[in-house]
Amino acid sequence: MLQLVLFNLTNGLIVGTFYVLMALGLSLIINLSNVVNFAHGNFLAIGGYIAFVLTPFIGFWGALVVSPFLTAIMGYVIEKVIIRHVYTRNHIYSLLLTFGLGFILQDVCRYIWGPSPLPLNIPAEMSAAVTPDLFFITWYRVFMVAVVIVAVAGLFAFLRYTRVGMRIRAGTLDLDTVSALGVNVSALRSYNFAVGSFLAGLAGVLAAGQLGLNPNMGDDLIMPSFIAIIVGGVGSLTGTLLGGLLIGVASALTTVFYPSAAEAVIYVIMALVLLIRPRGLLGEEGMLQ
Amino acid sequence: MSTVTTPADATVVRPWQQLVIIWALLLTVPFWMPLVGGYTAIAARVLVMALAAMGLNLLLGYTGVLSFGHAAYFGLGAYGAGLTLKYVAASTPLAMLAGTLLGGIAGTLFGLLLVRRRGVYFAMVTIAFGQVCFYIAYKWDDFTGGYDGLRGFVRAPLDFGLFKIDITGNGTLFYYFVLVVFGLAVGLQALILKSPFGRTMLAIRENERRARFLGLPVEKHIWLSFSISCFFTALAGTLYALLNNFADPLGLNYIMSGNIVMIAVMGGMRTFWGPLVGAVLFVMLQDYVSSMTTNWMSFVGLVFVLVVLFFPRGLMGVLQKRSGA
Repeated sequence: MLQLVLFNLTNGLIVGTFYVLMALGLSLIINLSNVVNFAHGNFLAIGGYIAFVLTPFIGFWGALVVSPFLTAIMGYVIEKVIIRHVYTRNHIYSLLLTFGLGFILQDVCRYIWGPSPLPLNIPAEMSAAVTPDLFFITWYRVFMVAVVIVAVAGLFAFLRYTRVGMRIRAGTLDLDTVSALGVNVSALRSYNFAVGSFLAGLAGVLAAGQLGLNPNMGDDLIMPSFIAIIVGGVGSLTGTLLGGLLIGVASALTTVFYPSAAEAVIYVIMALVLLIRPRGLLGEEGMLQ
Repeated sequence: MSTVTTPADATVVRPWQQLVIIWALLLTVPFWMPLVGGYTAIAARVLVMALAAMGLNLLLGYTGVLSFGHAAYFGLGAYGAGLTLKYVAASTPLAMLAGTLLGGIAGTLFGLLLVRRRGVYFAMVTIAFGQVCFYIAYKWDDFTGGYDGLRGFVRAPLDFGLFKIDITGNGTLFYYFVLVVFGLAVGLQALILKSPFGRTMLAIRENERRARFLGLPVEKHIWLSFSISCFFTALAGTLYALLNNFADPLGLNYIMSGNIVMIAVMGGMRTFWGPLVGAVLFVMLQDYVSSMTTNWMSFVGLVFVLVVLFFPRGLMGVLQKRSGA
């Protein structure tokens, strides 16, 4: 029994880290640009596929480093060309736009790489278990969690100590003032979108190594990421981090006792949060309510 | 100066003319549809999607609140009708009542949790609620049919005591049945919009803060508007189940929600008949493209992107603006 609980707990933590990476990227974009990027899951898939293409040439490690940057560049271009046109309009347009974009990206993946799942080869020594007792804790999983910790720490440091990061945080609070102080808000939003895409790309490579690749791999991750944001509180990145881990672990533990409710439980958590604490766990009062 | 008439004024389609044109076209569908290469069942689908989108539009276009989860109420309507026909009684009106109540009441309850949220946040929570319903239908195999959808029911003949109308096999009769329901529902919507309540919805859309200063209970109105819109969309869902004799879990999915929103936007969400026009465009496009290519997703996606970037006011919106109405 303990083994089973531990097994699912590990799974939950792993899946939770994917949610966290996705949700942090989404959250960044929502906070600064007020756009819910429906295509974020497809950015993730693209990140994974780019790694699939690069692995034969530069190996898994190289792909892990390069692929998120390429995804970020893609996100930057898409923001510049398409998404920035809808910032001043009703939310409905940004939702429909990214929704349509997601369709196109998914079809592009299917067209190029085919509809059937593909494996992303990870170095053989990574798939070995850390200890024979706990067969499910592979080096890859340990490594994955470490990468996510580094990435999240890096993101928070970026937001705290770099000039662009500080501007992004300031813009989240009051974009008009930031603009009045002479910051190029349009460029700021593009950088911010690129950072969000970078996180999606990173999550894509990691997820591909664990779960394999298929054109709609992002679809299963995007809804929990939304919920992570709602549960954690819109406007708070720490909240998003907490929300992602919470629903990952909660859904995994439910799997132990009542497998068919594993997906439902995250929605129950969301409904409870909305009932008891509508702004989310760490959300600020009045923020986007 | 005010007496000068521009050429555009001559082409203004007045509301009653619009009404005559629309109803003349709708009533004669079985006669002209085969001539343009369509079939009557697709016209029934257009009406169903139009009704779903018009239901949503009460909220979206007239109250200015965005729900991206209306597929849930559409799908609940469909499942409610299907389950009633399958397990309770072979009665079409009963099935429609049950489905509409199921979707409408679920929407009303969800609405309670929603009304304080705004903007993107409101949309996100509606999406999430929609997915709950999707997962329930998807996972509850033995009751809902799970992934394969709910089968094993057929629409029953309408029994009025004195006479019976058999809508089971006859596509044309069923189309007229859908048209009658559509007409009644749309008439009711027009009445709601003309009522003081409907005017208040517009006031909230135009300036929520001012409406609040006037002492209007904004939250209550949004909740009611959400609830009413869910009832109409659920009614459309029941018709969808009757049309296909099948309830599909994908009908509950957020992709369906996106399609319903798109139909309203494409036709023109600030106009009453916009969603009907949008439904014609959308259903035709979907039917055509999916028969031509397996890559229909990119086409639909491309249409989404193009409409948002270049025709955000939708077809009816553009027409109305151009004719100065």
